[in-house]
Amino acid sequence: MSASASENSEIILETKDLNVFYGDKQAIHSVNMQVKKGTVAALIGPSGCGKSTFLRSLNRMNDFVSTARVDGKVFYQGKNLYSKKVDPVELRSQIGMVFQKPNPFPKSIYKNITWGPKINGFTGDMDLLVEKSLKRAALWGEVKDRLHDSAFDLSGGQQQRLCIARTIAMNPDVILMDEPCSALDPRSTQAIEDLITELKRRYTIIIVTHNMQQAGRISDETYFFHEGNLIESGDTKQIFTKPSVQMTEDYITGRFG
Amino acid sequence: MKNIKNLFIEKSIHLFLLISVSITILTTLAVIVLLGKESIAFFSEVSIISFLFGTNWSPLIEPQSFGVLPLVCGTMWIVFGSVIFAVPVGLLVAVYLSEYASDKVKSFLKPILELLAGIPTVVYGYFALTFITPLMKWFNPEIEVFNAASGAIVVGIMILPMIASLCDDAFSAVPSSIKQGGYALGANTFEVIKDILIPATKSRIGAATVLAVSRAIGETMAVTLAAGATARLTGDPFGSIQTMTAYIVQVTMGDAPAGGVEYLSSFAVGTLLFLMTLVMNIIGNQWVFKSRIRVV
Amino acid sequence: MANTNDSLTSVIELGNTEHESVVNQKRMAKRKLYDKLFYRLCQSTILLALVTLVILVVHIIISGVSWLSLDFFTNFTSRFAEQAGIKAAIMGSMWVLVLTAAFAIPLGVSAAIFLEEYAPKKKWVEWIQINIGNLAGMPSIVYGLVGLTVFVRYLNFERSLLAGSLTLALLVLPIIIISSQEAIKAVPLSLREAAYALGAKKWQVVFLQVLPAALPGILTGVILSISRAIGETAPLIVIGALSFVAFTPASIWDEFTVLPIQIYNWASKPQEEFHQLAAAAIIVLLVLLFAMNFLAIYLRQKYQRYKL
Repeated sequence: MSASASENSEIILETKDLNVFYGDKQAIHSVNMQVKKGTVAALIGPSGCGKSTFLRSLNRMNDFVSTARVDGKVFYQGKNLYSKKVDPVELRSQIGMVFQKPNPFPKSIYKNITWGPKINGFTGDMDLLVEKSLKRAALWGEVKDRLHDSAFDLSGGQQQRLCIARTIAMNPDVILMDEPCSALDPRSTQAIEDLITELKRRYTIIIVTHNMQQAGRISDETYFFHEGNLIESGDTKQIFTKPSVQMTEDYITGRFG
Repeated sequence: MKNIKNLFIEKSIHLFLLISVSITILTTLAVIVLLGKESIAFFSEVSIISFLFGTNWSPLIEPQSFGVLPLVCGTMWIVFGSVIFAVPVGLLVAVYLSEYASDKVKSFLKPILELLAGIPTVVYGYFALTFITPLMKWFNPEIEVFNAASGAIVVGIMILPMIASLCDDAFSAVPSSIKQGGYALGANTFEVIKDILIPATKSRIGAATVLAVSRAIGETMAVTLAAGATARLTGDPFGSIQTMTAYIVQVTMGDAPAGGVEYLSSFAVGTLLFLMTLVMNIIGNQWVFKSRIRVV
Repeated sequence: MANTNDSLTSVIELGNTEHESVVNQKRMAKRKLYDKLFYRLCQSTILLALVTLVILVVHIIISGVSWLSLDFFTNFTSRFAEQAGIKAAIMGSMWVLVLTAAFAIPLGVSAAIFLEEYAPKKKWVEWIQINIGNLAGMPSIVYGLVGLTVFVRYLNFERSLLAGSLTLALLVLPIIIISSQEAIKAVPLSLREAAYALGAKKWQVVFLQVLPAALPGILTGVILSISRAIGETAPLIVIGALSFVAFTPASIWDEFTVLPIQIYNWASKPQEEFHQLAAAAIIVLLVLLFAMNFLAIYLRQKYQRYKL
């Protein structure tokens, strides 16, 4: 897709021997990956393969699962996210996340976007920020006349784009997306896919998807997970055309999963 | 034949169940009819205006006077005094339970909260009389043995578990995905609580407050024991007062002859009490129902 | 829907690619401080509540424990503190417990079954539900006034155990209904469907499948409701339960007293010894109530394990 982007780019996020446990059960087995700046990385695999768990360990959202335990390292801009010096709260303002189901706050559209920057002490022009973020999320045209309506009045697809807009408003380096289209209809899915290809110009995106075609369409690199192991990774085109592992091929051609 | 037998079984079960439900309607009717009847008898002897707006309540001493405001004043001291600290404290307890406590701590604290809620009110009355009041007197010996403040404190302790558990229910109805959305934007726990959790549940917190007020209005034994039996319109929370409920206890414990004006007055006060709590309960229950969060 | 034009223009218009973070680092320390302070505040509030409970319990135990003797349980109350006991009160409470349960449980559970399984989705059912909610919040002393007129005067039950228990049964009825409804609601629809699919009649589905499945939940609610009745004082005072009773009731027509009334009576006497007697009686009452509570909590936890 965009081979030029993945050449000479610096690595923004890197995991080293990352293991995640839920109680006694190991959900992720010693995963190593490197994500280059300005690319879209797709995590694929059958459901329950640990791809969401893995994603949530990249901005320490697993901290909220009381039984979860992470060991290994995640480097973001050279710092280990799991070292004691890193404040997960600060970290999450730089690595944003879009969830599987749209989860707008029970507030107005406008406040959904301004809340993040506001608590983080943003002092610039809020109206401009809202406009910018909504435009980047391709939602501006649909909501510009009703910014103060409740976010719940929007359709599912619009809500999901609002959640993307609110993440963009923080101007993060990396956006993690956890099956962002799984609860949406085909047209909204199309809209969000367009958006992702648009957004990668300025953000690095790591997206979990169970939709093979989607991964093929939007990502530069693909990572195939199975039962908590990273089976194969590489250039998306290569993974989809000539995977080197039999299991990957079986999965991509729909023989299981 | 078999069908007829079956139909008979179904019909008789249905009838029995319907009768059980109708008891609740009968109870309400009984409350309304009986309180109404005795109150009407009372108001044929005492004008309703002088009852509602009178500032002197002395049913026992001649000349009798039935101005209910001093009793209402006593009740309000208890209500405000208790709610003003029980609501914030209950809210914080609920926040701790739902946002900070680990599952282990929670499984220890929640039963304790229920135990607190299960302690009879006469026990709280005893506690106020033999612990809280002496403690207050230790700080300031001028304080009367029976005083509104002691009653209000103990009623506050009493309604605390109820407020905490209502707020906790409200918090747990907020989908965790919304809170996680907050954390994913780099908010800390306090910010998520202050800006997402509390605003999303504010009408249910309001409902909890209203229901707590209703409980405090109807509370009887603790205030009868701790707050005294002196009906007066007073601005002094450290003096003896009498609440509406305590007055009913006082009359019914004595030997007021049935049908006499004194006996009837307890029904007039009871009616007022019933109406006040009814309004509170209706508002409170409505708010709880109305404020369900829409989940997408 | 998505407007491709919209997003394209936006990139042209707002085409800066450098990352200026919106995060204001200077405020970070302050935010962290607030976060921490708030946590401490919540923590100390919980601690305060626990300390209060401990003080309450310890204060009562210290005041009353020395009065707990065999005589305390076998003596009737007396004008002399040394000779006073709770025989009549404890027997009265036991009678009230059994009678109230006998009246309120069948009625309450039936009403809950009706509302959950049989009632049509009509406006009048909704009104009944609202009415039950309001009854549950009605001050207990108002129940006392109702009991006084209906049972004591109109039905001429006098100040008997029967009148007292019926009054308390009315008081706990709405609570039993509501908690039983919750328990029945928790039974999954699939269980009902499975039973119907096997050709069961409605009453068979309700009484042979749903009710047994809901039973632990119903029992929990019932126990908590009845323990509420055991602690009630005000309505019994209003209907005229006596505080000085020197006999144990032999039938439902006898006059009676109960533990909470005995406690109230002793607590409202000025002498210190009677306060200590009250504390001793409270210990007995609380042991009884806590035992019932623990039973309820135990049942619920066991039930939760089997939750579908």
